[in-house]
Amino acid sequence: MEKPGGASLRLHGVTVRYRGRAAVDGVDLDVAAGEFIVLLGPSGSGKSTLLRTINRLVLPDAGTIEIDGRDAAAEPPEALRRGIGYAIQAVGLFPHLSVARNIAVVPELLGWGQARIAARVEALLALVRLDPARYRDRYPRELSGGEQQRVGVARALAAEPRLLLMDEPFGAVDAIVRADLQEETLRIHRMLGTTILFVTHDVDEALRLADRIVVLKDGCIEQVGSPLNVLANPATDYVAALLDSKDAVRRLQLLNARDALRSATARPEMAKGDDWPRVTPQATLREVLSVLLGGASRTMVANDDEVLGSLSFDDVRAALARTEG
Amino acid sequence: MGDLALHVRDHLVLSGCALALALLAGVPLGALLARLGAGREVLLGAVNAARVVPSLAVLAVMLPLVGIGFAPALVALVLLAIPPIAINTDLGLRGVPAPIVDAARGLGMSPAQIRSRVEWPLALPVVFAGVRTATVEVIASATLAAFIGGGGLGEYIINGFASGDVAQQLEGAVLVAVLALGADALLGLLERRFQRADGSQPDWGRQPG
Ligand SMILES: Nc1ncnc2c1ncn2[C@@H]1O[C@H](COP(=O)(O)OP(=O)(O)OP(=O)(O)O)[C@@H](O)[C@H]1O
Ligand SMILES: [Mg+2]
Repeated sequence: MEKPGGASLRLHGVTVRYRGRAAVDGVDLDVAAGEFIVLLGPSGSGKSTLLRTINRLVLPDAGTIEIDGRDAAAEPPEALRRGIGYAIQAVGLFPHLSVARNIAVVPELLGWGQARIAARVEALLALVRLDPARYRDRYPRELSGGEQQRVGVARALAAEPRLLLMDEPFGAVDAIVRADLQEETLRIHRMLGTTILFVTHDVDEALRLADRIVVLKDGCIEQVGSPLNVLANPATDYVAALLDSKDAVRRLQLLNARDALRSATARPEMAKGDDWPRVTPQATLREVLSVLLGGASRTMVANDDEVLGSLSFDDVRAALARTEG
Repeated sequence: MGDLALHVRDHLVLSGCALALALLAGVPLGALLARLGAGREVLLGAVNAARVVPSLAVLAVMLPLVGIGFAPALVALVLLAIPPIAINTDLGLRGVPAPIVDAARGLGMSPAQIRSRVEWPLALPVVFAGVRTATVEVIASATLAAFIGGGGLGEYIINGFASGDVAQQLEGAVLVAVLALGADALLGLLERRFQRADGSQPDWGRQPG
């Protein structure tokens, strides 16, 4: 599948009022092409409303939205929406259409030819890891919740959008399926380079997916930053409480063994060898910790062919300390 | 054609015309109901009230207004058939889940496309169930049309009554029941084609119109 790349996005002073009360209040946000942004906040903080101003399902009372430098309000809303992927928690698959026809909705609206649509449907089913032969002709109610979410994502990606809006797309599935879908989303993001705005109130989901997290409170941006940055340096008490940032284990999950080696006292030559358990450089420090808690004094960090060093409790603690400040 | 066959034909023609007209009026009325904001309860109340008025009473009211014959019987039956069709159209359209309409908007369908590609196809089975109810009611009630000179099997029964022919009365009554139940069964079969074995509906989008 070719890489359509991502759109850049610029929100300026975006405000939405319902009966005088601001649901979104003067939001400024610059999103670079290809970024994965997660909007995080509790229920009612304005995440969905903000997201829906971007494809003009909600018309802002004030402010401007530029997509790739062009004013979103200048285009007819239907044309704008056909160019933006949209996936929602309730999935909203059309129950009277087969999986293939659900995915084909936007390409059909855009007037693509039958052959091109059929090929695109096959490619998208493969992309979201559903066997086309098995799933193409099924109806939504013949799918599990997780499979429906996959089809929802495929449908959102159908017309090769450069911008994808996802509103708690995995809210309705269990933790295991959700982790699986998150992994798929990251893979698709890496593969296609699409700019993604993803709404969730699940902190772990946000930390796992985001390049940058946008923390919302009462319609205002409370903090914007990388997961590690937001977690380690919460700008306000609200952010600290929301992310439970005293929870060190959470931060350990965002660091990997390679990061920790930089300050580690142990050098490769000190790796005594086989009696220490091994982890890969990509292993999170949470995994390293759990290995250490298993009883080893140190754990060895190694690729298949190369020993990079070893880590102790102190090294893990030092790596964690370096994220603060 | 024998006497009985002629009466069956008249009965079916009267019922068919009444249903066709009721469809033409009931479906748009139902669609209006579904889109109505404030006035909805009032209109719905009126339609529901129309539903409980006995057909005989409607016929009685029709008599001084439109006289006797085919036309007044037709009007009475159309009035009888409109409520179930309108109410089910309203139910079907309003029963389309909000997230599905939201998704349709979000994907870039125009309001007209949302109506023709999403709302109507999803409402159709419910509308159809209303048509089925109306059909049974109309075929059964068309018997009463004989009282205002509308013809049909009612007339056949009344004739039997007049000549003291019990067999003819029974024949007519049984035939009305057979027609009503037969139509119901036939429409039931059709309805099942809307609803597949797995409960999903077939691919409306491919069908013309
Ligand atoms: N159509 C509407 N009419 C009136 N008020 C609305 C409407 N949509 C949202 N609101 C209000 O705006 C605020 C923000 O709502 P929004 O749906 O954006 O929150 P959210 O962060 O997405 O919450 P959740 O996590 O529960 O989905 C809420 O107080 C909500 O009640
Ligand atoms: Mg929401």
